Amino acid sequence: MLLQADHLHFTYDGTRSSAAGSGRTAVVRDVSVDVVPGAITGLLGPNGCGKTSLLKLLAGIVTPQHGRVTLDGVSLADRPRREVARTIAVVPQETHPAFDYTALEMVLMGRHPHLGAFQLEGPDDVAVALEALLATGTAHLADRAYVTLSGGEKQRVVIASALAQQPRILLLDEPTASLDLGFQLEIQALLTALNRDRGVTMVLATHDLNLAASICQRLVLMRGGAVLAQGRTEEVLTPSHIRDLYGVHAEVSLHPAAGHLTVVPVRRA
Amino acid sequence: MKAVHAALDGDSRQSRHTLAARRPLRVRLTLTVTGFGMLALVTCLLAPLVGSTQISLARVFDTSIPFADNVDAQIFFVARLPRVLAGALVGGALASAGVVFQAMLRNPLATPFTLGVSAGSSLGAMLAILFGASASLGPLSPVPLASLAGAILAAASVYWLATRPGRPISTSVLLLAGVTLNSFFSALILFAQFLADYAQVYRAARWLMGDLDVGGLSPLLGALPLVMAAFALFAFLPGALNLLSLGPDAAAARGVDVARTQRIAFVSASLATAAAVSLAGPIGFVGIVVPHLVRLLVGVDHRIVLPASALFGASFLVACDLIARTFIAPVEIPVGVVTAMIGGPFFLWLLVRQG
Repeated sequence: MLLQADHLHFTYDGTRSSAAGSGRTAVVRDVSVDVVPGAITGLLGPNGCGKTSLLKLLAGIVTPQHGRVTLDGVSLADRPRREVARTIAVVPQETHPAFDYTALEMVLMGRHPHLGAFQLEGPDDVAVALEALLATGTAHLADRAYVTLSGGEKQRVVIASALAQQPRILLLDEPTASLDLGFQLEIQALLTALNRDRGVTMVLATHDLNLAASICQRLVLMRGGAVLAQGRTEEVLTPSHIRDLYGVHAEVSLHPAAGHLTVVPVRRA
Repeated sequence: MKAVHAALDGDSRQSRHTLAARRPLRVRLTLTVTGFGMLALVTCLLAPLVGSTQISLARVFDTSIPFADNVDAQIFFVARLPRVLAGALVGGALASAGVVFQAMLRNPLATPFTLGVSAGSSLGAMLAILFGASASLGPLSPVPLASLAGAILAAASVYWLATRPGRPISTSVLLLAGVTLNSFFSALILFAQFLADYAQVYRAARWLMGDLDVGGLSPLLGALPLVMAAFALFAFLPGALNLLSLGPDAAAARGVDVARTQRIAFVSASLATAAAVSLAGPIGFVGIVVPHLVRLLVGVDHRIVLPASALFGASFLVACDLIARTFIAPVEIPVGVVTAMIGGPFFLWLLVRQG
């Protein structure tokens, strides 16, 4: 499944809406990205550069004012929402349910696009949900209320819910932002395994340059709503790009033990 | 990491076992609907037996006695059943409208009256009383007709204020518009009361307390089609309401057409509320107490909560009305006072418990 963004322009039109969240007007300007099938693509850039908006555009949650997002050549806007959700799943930064759903109920909600209008989930759907819980190491939490879980447990349950959608493409918005080092590594291992074993294509917005360096084959760098650079991680993750993105002098070197590039911020430029 | 996975594997065998033992949703739904359905049926059948005159259920359904000679059957069917059925219809409509509004607004403390429908409806009723309106439409007499018009006007205004073409409804604007409209209509009601005479003010005040003594089956026939239409729309909602209560983006990402679902939810819940209020006045607390009680009993999945609340709302309001007409008989307490007496403390307990 080939997901492509073609010259996207997007602005929250200034009216207050749930989609605009805090009311800030994030803007995406003339963004074209090919999400390479089978790869993990990192989406990097400073706060407010449009990463989250681009992920929402790629998922079809919001519609661009100009340009289009296509899945195998067909615009997302022309595909039924359920069909899109069977292919593309999203792991948002935070999920706040208004009611005390259990972890299993949260994960089973991922089956929604696979069910008919009046269909209830059956044994097959429960099996898929269980597998997703096991894959994320959260099966023991199945009957716990989601709101009572720790940050890391919540994040893993939300990832399980996205896996229950059985997507070909997974879009993740800072999945490790609120996690301690141990959970960060665990999520990292989980994502790598999903990518390697099941061939799930991923786009991962993150501020963690070392996470991006370790698991992303490709990077898209964004600044002020526009793409600054994109390409293979080794070519794009350079000290000059980091300075352009964050205004920080950094050293980039190949770490012999970790086996990938590492970034050490030195000082503010 | 290996240790973690090993621990998880040991764990998973146990979890797999627990999960396999879990009742499937279909079974839970069937059990819940059967249970609450039986409760509603029994309540509606037994409530008409209670009153100033003792009657026997056996005699009521004794077909060997002609209806004209069967006093028990006459009291049951003519004097008491319409009121019980009105309670069931209004209770079911308000409780399920409460569930839908709570999910749609992502706020467990929302009620069917939060968005101004009841204030609009009350203003309509007040104006009909003040001007002695005489227009009627089929089974709808002037006051219910005017309150229905007021409710629809209020709902349409709130909807118009909170929507922009092609975008999801903003729930925060919806709440603000509803609350503002509520106070605006209340001000108009006060103004209308200021202009009215004593008799009219008393009549309006009694209407605001809520009353299920509808006086026959024909007022029910006015409200029934509206409630049925609302329930038919509700059938499309439960799965999407679960997702909508996670937020519009999360719902859209799992294949929910957010704008369409919000539209259906708003229209259907407003319709059910308008029909209920036009029939019996703004009876408070049913729309919030019942959904919360149901969630405590059967969990929070809307595919179970919605039908269960409709059925339990029916039983709840019929039971409250039974208290209203028997507690200090022969004087009848307005049923809205009874629901508030039960609902108020329950609501506070809930707040403290959640706080």
